Amino acid sequence: MSRFEESAPARGGFSYDLCKRNEMLMQKGLKPSSYLKTGTTIVGLVFQDGVILGADTRATEGPIVADKNCEKIHYMAPNIYCCGAGTAADTEAVTDMVSSQLKLHRFHTGRESRVVTALTLLKSHLFSYQGHVSAALVLGGVDVTGPHLHTIYPHGSTDTLPFATMGSGSLAAMAIFESKYREGLTRDEGVKLVAEAICSGIFNDLGSGSNVDVCVITKGKREYLRNYMLPNPRTYVSEKGYSFSKKTEVLLTKITPLRELVEVIEGGDAMEE
Amino acid sequence: MPKQQANWSPYDNNGGTCVAIAGADYCVIAADTRMSTGYSILTRDYSKIIQLADKSVMASSGFQADVRALQKVLAARHLLYQHQHNKQMSCPAMAQLLSNTLYFKRFFPYYSFNVLGGLDSEGKCKGKGCVFTYDAVGSYERVGYSAQGSGATLITPFLDNQLKSPSPLLLPAKDAVTPLSEIEAIDLVKTCFASATERDIYTGDKVEMLVLNASGIRQEFMELRKD
Repeated sequence: MSRFEESAPARGGFSYDLCKRNEMLMQKGLKPSSYLKTGTTIVGLVFQDGVILGADTRATEGPIVADKNCEKIHYMAPNIYCCGAGTAADTEAVTDMVSSQLKLHRFHTGRESRVVTALTLLKSHLFSYQGHVSAALVLGGVDVTGPHLHTIYPHGSTDTLPFATMGSGSLAAMAIFESKYREGLTRDEGVKLVAEAICSGIFNDLGSGSNVDVCVITKGKREYLRNYMLPNPRTYVSEKGYSFSKKTEVLLTKITPLRELVEVIEGGDAMEE
Repeated sequence: MPKQQANWSPYDNNGGTCVAIAGADYCVIAADTRMSTGYSILTRDYSKIIQLADKSVMASSGFQADVRALQKVLAARHLLYQHQHNKQMSCPAMAQLLSNTLYFKRFFPYYSFNVLGGLDSEGKCKGKGCVFTYDAVGSYERVGYSAQGSGATLITPFLDNQLKSPSPLLLPAKDAVTPLSEIEAIDLVKTCFASATERDIYTGDKVEMLVLNASGIRQEFMELRKD
């Protein structure tokens, strides 16, 4: 019993007990299991009234598409959203955790959350895990101090930028931003540019694909445009369809009747001891 | 000093999927036209199919530089055959040639995963579809249908379910060709590629289909998802 208690992590966090054994197995040729990565294109930009975030919707497991329409724009606070690239479990867990912490903080202070609060909570969490939590985030929101956009790297460093891209499709998306971004874009121009950048990632990066999600955050309002664009419909559906015959073969039919349970009462009351 | 591993590989994988289905009097060979490396697309318009002889067509996925070199070797050998025998190579003959060519480089293989399709031209089987499937070093087998490449694991179970080729080990030898009509087989191929494209990142853009039958060769293209 005491053995089990020893191996559980003492104060939460990672237990590195199996590292030596994993090293030995990998040397012997065992391939490490792949985790679900989002192999992604995520972007954010600041426009005249706030910030716009964008993301693709493909989740990959190596060369296979695990989810054709996953959600990569995570809710942090009513005025703050966060796009996540990297290991899907890590981005989900870290954004959910900080979202809860922000809510408690809002109750504590009685004020709207600030983007820098989310930023500090995320970066200190990621730094303490020394890059093992593989989450690369684009955090954006509008608070009392104005619109903010930040990128957060898995090791815990951050940047504050007018426009940002992350994920495997970041170069394709950044190429669009660098050519067409200017300060003081209107809402429609901003959304169009974000959609264009995500599309560039979708079509030119194999790790990104399917649909475009957009989130527009302005002072006092946010619009979560899930599946804003669907540029990849299925190209061919057979008219007659295909049937799959029920290939179950009956080998043997045997009926065993249930035996009748008969209670034998040896004189006296059955309930008597 | 422990053995050092090379940090450079002579091979690369350009992705892609190839499929071939043999019918009673036709053969369909199809391959997608996407060429990629890592997470990037090199081109959306690359043909992986080559006509080696009158009635033999080969589709190959894998490392396209090796594929191209292999195609050249086979084309040269076929020309030699034509000069020496005054006739075109039959599909089963080409199949054997391909196997020998691949095994010749057993210890530095062509990183090429091939399917050879065509029409048989000998005796009783004249005009029947034939499909041969290979591994990278030349092991081959005549089958009723085959898929190779990155999307093969997604397509083969579906074809097994719809076509179910009899085992070549059965005696008496059962016919491997599918009873489906040409139109139905093409529909099946289109469905396979549309489905594989949904779930495999290396398959997409366009699918090139070549249909061989008694009246000659026909080429068809179909658009696929480009993401």
